[in-house]
Amino acid sequence: MNSNEKRNEGLPFHPEYFDNLNINRSAVERRAASLPGRRTVKKEYQAAWLLRAVSCIDLTTLSGDDTAGNVQRLCAKALNPVRADILAALGFPHLTVGAVCVYHNMIADARNALGNSGLPIAAVSTGFPAGKISLEQKLEEIRRSVEAGATEIDIVISRELVINNKWEELYREIRLCREACGDAHMKTILATGEIPTLTKVAKASWVSMMAGSDFIKTSTGKESVNATLPVSLVMVRAIRDYHALTGARIGYKPAGGIQKAKQALDFLILIKEELGNEWLSNRLFRFGASSLLGDIERQLEHYVTGRYSAGYRHAMA
Amino acid sequence: MTVKDIFETMEYGPAPESDKNAMEFLDKHHRSFGLYINGKWVAKKDSFPAVNPATGETLAQVAEASPDDVDAAVKAAQKALPEWVKAGGHERAKYLYALARQVQKHSRLFAVLESLDNGKPIRETRDIDIPLVARHFYHNAGWAQLMDSELKDYREIGVVGQIIPWNFPLLMLSWKIAPALAMGNTLVLKPAEQTSLTALLFAEICLNIGLPKGVVNIVTGHGSVGESLANHPGVQKIAFTGSTEVGRIIRKNTAGSGKKLSLELGGKSPFIVFEDADLDSVVEGVVDAIWFNQGQVCCAGSRLLAQESIAGVLYEKLKIRLQKLVVGSPLDKGVDMGAIISPEQLKTISSFVEKGKNEGSEVWQLENIPSGGCFFPPTLFLNVSPASVIVQEEIFGPVLVAMTFRSHGEAIRLANNTRYGLAASLWTENINLALDVAPKIKAGTVWINTTNVFDASSGFGGYRESGFGREGGREGLMEYVKPKEEKAFADKTFAFKTSGNVKITGDGLDRTPKMYIGGKQSRPDNGYSLPVLTPGGQAVGEVGEGSRKDIRNAVEAAQANGKWAETTGHARAQVLYYMAENLSARKREFEERLVEASGYSVKDAALEVSRSLERIFTYAAYADKYDGRVHSTVSRHVTLAMNEPLGVLGIVCPDEFPLLALVSTIAPAIALGNSVVVIPSEPSPLSATDFYQILDTSDVPGGTVNIITGPKEVLAGELARHYDVEGIWYFGTGEGSKNVELLSADSMKRSWVNYGKHYDWLNNPLEKEFLRKASEVKNIWIPYGA
Repeated sequence: MNSNEKRNEGLPFHPEYFDNLNINRSAVERRAASLPGRRTVKKEYQAAWLLRAVSCIDLTTLSGDDTAGNVQRLCAKALNPVRADILAALGFPHLTVGAVCVYHNMIADARNALGNSGLPIAAVSTGFPAGKISLEQKLEEIRRSVEAGATEIDIVISRELVINNKWEELYREIRLCREACGDAHMKTILATGEIPTLTKVAKASWVSMMAGSDFIKTSTGKESVNATLPVSLVMVRAIRDYHALTGARIGYKPAGGIQKAKQALDFLILIKEELGNEWLSNRLFRFGASSLLGDIERQLEHYVTGRYSAGYRHAMA
Repeated sequence: MTVKDIFETMEYGPAPESDKNAMEFLDKHHRSFGLYINGKWVAKKDSFPAVNPATGETLAQVAEASPDDVDAAVKAAQKALPEWVKAGGHERAKYLYALARQVQKHSRLFAVLESLDNGKPIRETRDIDIPLVARHFYHNAGWAQLMDSELKDYREIGVVGQIIPWNFPLLMLSWKIAPALAMGNTLVLKPAEQTSLTALLFAEICLNIGLPKGVVNIVTGHGSVGESLANHPGVQKIAFTGSTEVGRIIRKNTAGSGKKLSLELGGKSPFIVFEDADLDSVVEGVVDAIWFNQGQVCCAGSRLLAQESIAGVLYEKLKIRLQKLVVGSPLDKGVDMGAIISPEQLKTISSFVEKGKNEGSEVWQLENIPSGGCFFPPTLFLNVSPASVIVQEEIFGPVLVAMTFRSHGEAIRLANNTRYGLAASLWTENINLALDVAPKIKAGTVWINTTNVFDASSGFGGYRESGFGREGGREGLMEYVKPKEEKAFADKTFAFKTSGNVKITGDGLDRTPKMYIGGKQSRPDNGYSLPVLTPGGQAVGEVGEGSRKDIRNAVEAAQANGKWAETTGHARAQVLYYMAENLSARKREFEERLVEASGYSVKDAALEVSRSLERIFTYAAYADKYDGRVHSTVSRHVTLAMNEPLGVLGIVCPDEFPLLALVSTIAPAIALGNSVVVIPSEPSPLSATDFYQILDTSDVPGGTVNIITGPKEVLAGELARHYDVEGIWYFGTGEGSKNVELLSADSMKRSWVNYGKHYDWLNNPLEKEFLRKASEVKNIWIPYGA
């Protein structure tokens, strides 16, 4: 976020901003399907865009078997995501990803591994991924993660409240989470794969922004359907309208299922077309991804050498 | 720019599609193309340049066909016809399948060549035009295969002349050629002079697959070539897509010739946005509607009608979206719009936009467009009104005009406030509203929450001055076949022998039947009556002498009877059965009339009355059974092909069968919901005037059937000229048929004439054809997805 740009303080709960929203799935899917055919980037433009994508990655590990060992590897990769000779060939002195993203109890290990690099640590919170714990526990978890050194908190919302149209209750919950975050930036995960309609996705996006979210995020990565272009279209259009209404720029984070460089480019194109260049920065855009980086590295090496690359030529996370 | 710079600016950069293979194709032909006649390339001295509109460079020289060349092409098609018919559906299916495969195998070459020649973006040719071309050939390969089972009462028409426009060169070729070949016709096709190249590449694949020579002939050149083709006596059918102006000329030139005609003409299609629509999706819909193919689309949604409550928000979104469009080199993969087809078209568009500006409308245009080449910015006029020139005229460019409406009723009225009727797009999340509005819009295609979606299995075509006939789907095949029943129309009359000497048994009371208008009897406007004579010349009564004023009144009454079309098929059937019941009750009276006024034998009179009863029963039965279809188009769409009444239908009855021909025409027309203005048999009008009492007693709503007696040819002419009459059937002389076709051209009225032949009214071999001629097919596209 720009230093002279105010953080989103949210709005009082006003359902009239989203009550009349109607999202037409077929039309949204048509736009999403045609977009990658309407815009493309080639050669040096593609290389630059892929580097931009790298800088927007929240390099993530969220597994039951996470240990200090693999978190340390992840952090090392986050600080040096692209092989130095490739970066040099592209005229880039240095590049890191946007942040690392881990569970609460891996924050300390991540801090150790990242040292004083300044790379942000994002912690998933509030009973991630299902969110099926009490509100008190959620708030407590947020506070502890912030204390432990996370500067970004990825919360999950109560899908039950969305399903039953309890928008005001949802608003209150997210508001409280935001207060618990303090200065830490809050990314609100809608878990769109568990929200039955795109209209509800749009409404949940509005409620999340009105309640003070800094980012809205599609998925935990644990639902069966994660980040898709159609769902992204709906969420970024909500961001656009919220900006038109309040002047506040809300960030966007698609997460889960983005594994290929081409997909990443499609997302960046979507953001550029629907929101504009201001959003093409890790201040306002992140990919929640783990294997995406590997494919991007291979594409970058191909651009530099003209040969198709192999996975083993790039350091694993 | 370095990678580091681009990392900061995040610009797209150029993404050119290579034209190498297309250039090699042109070079292989030494940049010079002949005509494709009888399976051979025919070199010509006379030629003209094929120009790339984006750069102005000449791509190749294309032959200008002479009238002799057109004649040679038609003769080749004639010669090829018998074998092509004999080959049978399966053989033809194999050729169509091969053409589809070839289009797919060379899809990128077709796409690049089309983009070079036409100026449209490679994205569109690659993702839309060429895939649809292949789809049309596959789909019609299927119809060829199924012709014997699915169209067993129909046969080929013969040699077909096809004239296509420049806006979708290869796609329009496929819409024309695929169904024509499937149904066993041979053809001569003339591409637009601006865009011949993909048609010539298509000729090459016809050669490559070994399509029998003469089955497809392609003659290039200017308008005069099309004229020679349309006027050639060896052509049995003309299929034309292009301007309403040229369509009208073709119709006039072919009037009375008996050539079958399908015309797909201009449009000024409404794009209606209701307040509950998904407005961001609407914005993208607008982009697809009017900023697709540079707006050079006959069915472009060029009139935006926005509900007042959301118009402000929508306009703001559109203004922002407009500036995001990219206009540039058609071969760049990242452009939304390429070049306008020609400097002439660019001038036309510019002059319309100037007019709009001079009328004081608020205008918004894309700021960055390339200089040089035929480029025009996407343009948006806000707060225009129907009185404005840019709202009424088809601009055929990327120019959208926007206005507001207050209610759905007003939206429908504004949507229909046009001479055209090709397509409409309406946006609402309310299915009740959508399905209420869609049938009320006068347009051949209605897209709900989508626009400019096409598929080979759905019919496409217009109402009003957007032309007639359909392309695509089963309904489109009907343009390329005729009934096998050859004896339906004959040179010799089927009429009964009449006797000149009749015994008049009248009661001596002076009865002068009047006109029947709006459910009431009214005197002729001019106050004159005409004597009615028996075949032997005895006076049997008088009828009013109808004039154009009576036609005017009758048409007004018929137009005011819109409710009839909305009545259920069941209810219309009840009215028809009731008519039959009342006719049955007065059978004797009608038989006597035929004997006394028309010189019938008692036996023949009884037969005509009983057949009339039967006929009413037949069409009463059809009233709730002439169903539409649900087409299998693209995934997650319901595409409803609904049969709609034409509206007001003028019917000019033959001299013979004064009662039977009357009911045989009225019954199918009103069974489907038309209101009719009927000119009964001129020599024997009294059976018709007697029929008033049947209408009066059968709950037929006033205005459904209107009857004007008097001079047939004069009244037929008035009906044909009337702009508020949607269709006309004429059964009379050859000269009269020609006249009706000629006079119908101005309003692009649907006409059905007998060219002086006699129909077999007793046996009604074209029973179902009457229903088809009384209706048009509207395709409503409804995408769905929760």
